[in-house]
Order: sequence, then structure tokens, then C-alpha cells
Amino acid sequence: MVSTFKKALNSGKFIVTSEVAPPKGTNLDKMAHHIELLKDRVDAINITDHQSSVMRFPSLGGALLVKEMGGEPILQMTCRDRNRMALQADLLFASQRGIKNVLCLTGDAVMFGDHKEAKGVFDLDSSQLVAAIGRLEKGEDLGGNTLEGTVKFCKGAIVTPEANPLEPQLIKFEKKIEAGAEFIQTQAVYDLDNFMEFMRYAKQFPIKILAGIILLTSAPMARFMNKNVAGVNVPQELVDEMASAPKGTALAKGIEIAGRMIKRLQKEKMCDGVHIMAIGREELVPDIMAAAGLD
Amino acid sequence: MIRSITQQKPEAELDRLLEGLRRIFIIGCGTCTTLTQTGGAPEVAAMKKMLSQKGKMVTGDMVLAVACDNLTREALVEYGAHMSQADAFVIMTCAFGVQNIALHSEKLVVPALNTLFIGKETAPGEFNEVCTQCGDCILGETGGICPVTSCHKGLVNGPCGGTNNGKCEIDSEKDCAWTLIYNRLLDLDRLKSMKKLQKPRNHQAELSPGKRRLSL
Repeated sequence: MVSTFKKALNSGKFIVTSEVAPPKGTNLDKMAHHIELLKDRVDAINITDHQSSVMRFPSLGGALLVKEMGGEPILQMTCRDRNRMALQADLLFASQRGIKNVLCLTGDAVMFGDHKEAKGVFDLDSSQLVAAIGRLEKGEDLGGNTLEGTVKFCKGAIVTPEANPLEPQLIKFEKKIEAGAEFIQTQAVYDLDNFMEFMRYAKQFPIKILAGIILLTSAPMARFMNKNVAGVNVPQELVDEMASAPKGTALAKGIEIAGRMIKRLQKEKMCDGVHIMAIGREELVPDIMAAAGLD
Repeated sequence: MIRSITQQKPEAELDRLLEGLRRIFIIGCGTCTTLTQTGGAPEVAAMKKMLSQKGKMVTGDMVLAVACDNLTREALVEYGAHMSQADAFVIMTCAFGVQNIALHSEKLVVPALNTLFIGKETAPGEFNEVCTQCGDCILGETGGICPVTSCHKGLVNGPCGGTNNGKCEIDSEKDCAWTLIYNRLLDLDRLKSMKKLQKPRNHQAELSPGKRRLSL
């Protein structure tokens, strides 16, 4: 059966995905609450994979929970923690348990996380992981062996439209498409004129693009991202707009800005949809969607 | 010229390694660790002073010309008398030297340094890691810049999302290997080799531990 997410991607409607992060520990209450809040509002929910290299409950477990709760999960898989054998094994398991969408990422460096002395694996890279899924789908593993029962996934990857320099990033983007990626969720974009430039280029490829929207929660948070997060560029006007919000209303301002951006993306048909990341404030995603007129 | 790049171990770690050992013989090296100022004559003298202050008896010291060389064996014989009185050797060479000395002596060896990488001196006092000896060289497709070594994640298909103004996400002092490779291939009009989807690397090209017999 084709994933409902893939069906939505091909329907021509404006797609909305969001994401939730598994907890550090086994108490899934908060994650389940976020899933409950989102599962009927968005087309699919990403489950992050040891986000920022912080060890947590696995994305595979989170994706199964989304499935059990009646939602459509996108399993995030990074290449940081598993070699090609472990990645393939997890893909077999995910497919067998009804998970139908995978997002392939390289993964943050180990040193950013909470197990700073761990070995970063990176046996495969993100484009090779996309290609590996394609090979499993054809009934063969990376060792060239025939599978007894195969897999079927809607395969995704990411791109950073604000990377500097951009050209090497675009070469990698094209390799991900060549490897079989069907959709892209971008790193956060804020300068929509820049993003429009990127989309002019990207539209020549047969791939669905969901623009990454990260909720701004305060002016210092915007400045922090500009300084510390590679490939994220919050224009000064937006930082100023956040700073101008009266005390206690910064979050509302951030929701307004996110809503405004999504509205413009949809109105100008710039891309196929959005991926909303509310990092730690997932309960606000419905408000962002309301601000964008998407509810 | 390539060098073995070393760094002094934290003092507390050396204290722990030398716990219960009183009589110490110190060995430095006249080659790489002299150049990096981690195990030359001045550093050996400083180590002698430090160990004496900690109540150790230093039975002697020497700076081998090239600790990893076969002549080390002869030097060990020459210094035999001073060495035989020692409970352990504190060795201020790279790990090749430590292992060579261990091979030719029955004494306990205690490295005073950590060996970081095999590096090339790019400016006085500045060393870059250039080769991890992966056994599966791809420099022919990357403009002579090695992503297996110079990219933090060893990626072979282009940059990750962590490129930050041409620098690496882990350290703004480190160049993004894939930015360098891109620029080089652009100059050479060879970008097509970067556009090729590379297969996963062969991590077993040379089965570790490596051992070769060459027909010379």
C-alpha cells in the first residue's frame, strides 16, 4: 500500500509536515501528547533521530508510536550512529512494521551532543543511504544478497538553501535526487526572496520540496541561530521585528512571522509545502497553522 | 615532510600511570617530538625536574635520534646500566617510538604523550592531518584534497549541511574539505568527478592490523 504521505505529495495540495522529538528516557507521555495534537492536522510527522547528537528514545520507536496512534510517520535516519548493516536492518524492521516514509540525513557531529566521546560512524552518507533504500526496494542488500521479502518507502532527504558556498550543496542535492529521493525537507529558510531563487533552480527536478519553517521564539534565539547554526540566515528585518515585540509577546510575534511566511509560500506557489519545526514548542504548531490560514 | 604529531598527556594521567613506580628512566626523541616540542631535550629536562619534584628517582635520561628507527635497539643496550635500575621508562616519543622501545626492552613503558595524527607541517608550528591511510585512495577524483581525512565525517559525496562560510561546523578555524575540493575542481574544470554518486567506501581495503611483505 502506498503511503498516505506519498499520496498527499502527488495530490497537488499544499503539504504540511511537522516533527516531534523522542524523550530522553522511556516516558513517552509528552511525545504522545504532541503526536495526538498533530496527527490529524498535518500530512506526516517526522520523528527526529538523536537530534543534535543527544542520545534519546529511538526514532524507530517514535515512528511506531505515531503509527499506533493512527498518524503517518516519517522516520528520520542519520548516518552518524549506525553502519550500513544496522541501517539496513532497521529499514527492514521499519518496513515490516508499516512505516512507509524515511528521511535520510548525514547527522550532526558527535561533539555537539551529550556523548562527546562516542564514535561517529558515517559509514554511509545521506545520498548513499537514499540509494541503499532503492536497492533494498529492488530486493537486494548492499552486499548484493537477495532479500526474502522486500521494502517500500517514500524516500526523502534534506537540502540547505542558505548554505555558503551554495554550489557544493546543490551538487549533493542533485546526487540525492539521482539516488532516488522523492521529497526534500529544507533546512530553515527565512529570506523568502533567496528561497525563491533556490526554487527557480530546484523546480527543474522531479522532486517535491517542503520549505523548512523554524518558529522564532525571541530575538536572542534568532541571533543565536545566525551565529551558531550553519546554513540558517535570519534577515536583520526579522530579528528587528522580533526585538520590537512588546515584552511577553515575542512568541506570538514568532507565530505571526511563521504564519506570514507560510501564507506567502502557498500564495505564490513557491514550493510544494512546508515542514514546520517548533523545536520544543510542538504544542504551538496548530497556532502557526492557524496563523497561516491552514486550519 | 610528514611528522608524527603528539601532545603531552594531562599531568594527572601521568601521575596515575606512575603510581607506585619510583625509579624512572626518561626517553625523548630527536625527530618528530623535538620538532613539536613535546619530547626533545628541553622537554626531557623539564620532565626530569617535574618527576624529581614528585619524589621520583630519575635514574637517567636520553634523547634517541630517531626513536622509531632500528638503531634504538643499540642505544638501549648502550644505556643498559642506567635503564636496568629503573622500574619503568617514561617515553616522550610518539606511539611508534613507544612500541619500538617496548619491543627491544623488557621494562614497563609509560607514554608521556598522546599521538594525534601523522601530519604535514604547513607553517612553522602548524600541522595538518593529511592522510589516514585508508587503503582506498580517492584523491584522483577530489583534486588531490582528501575528504576521508579532511572532512570531519569522512564524507565522499559532497558536504553535509554543516558548511559554515566555507568552514567546518566543528571548528571555524578548519576549512570545509568539500568547499576546498569544489573550488579546486572548479579551477580544473573537473566538477563532473564531484557530481558522480560515489559508492559506499570500502572500510576493509586493508584489514587491520596491516601486514605486508613486499617482493623487493
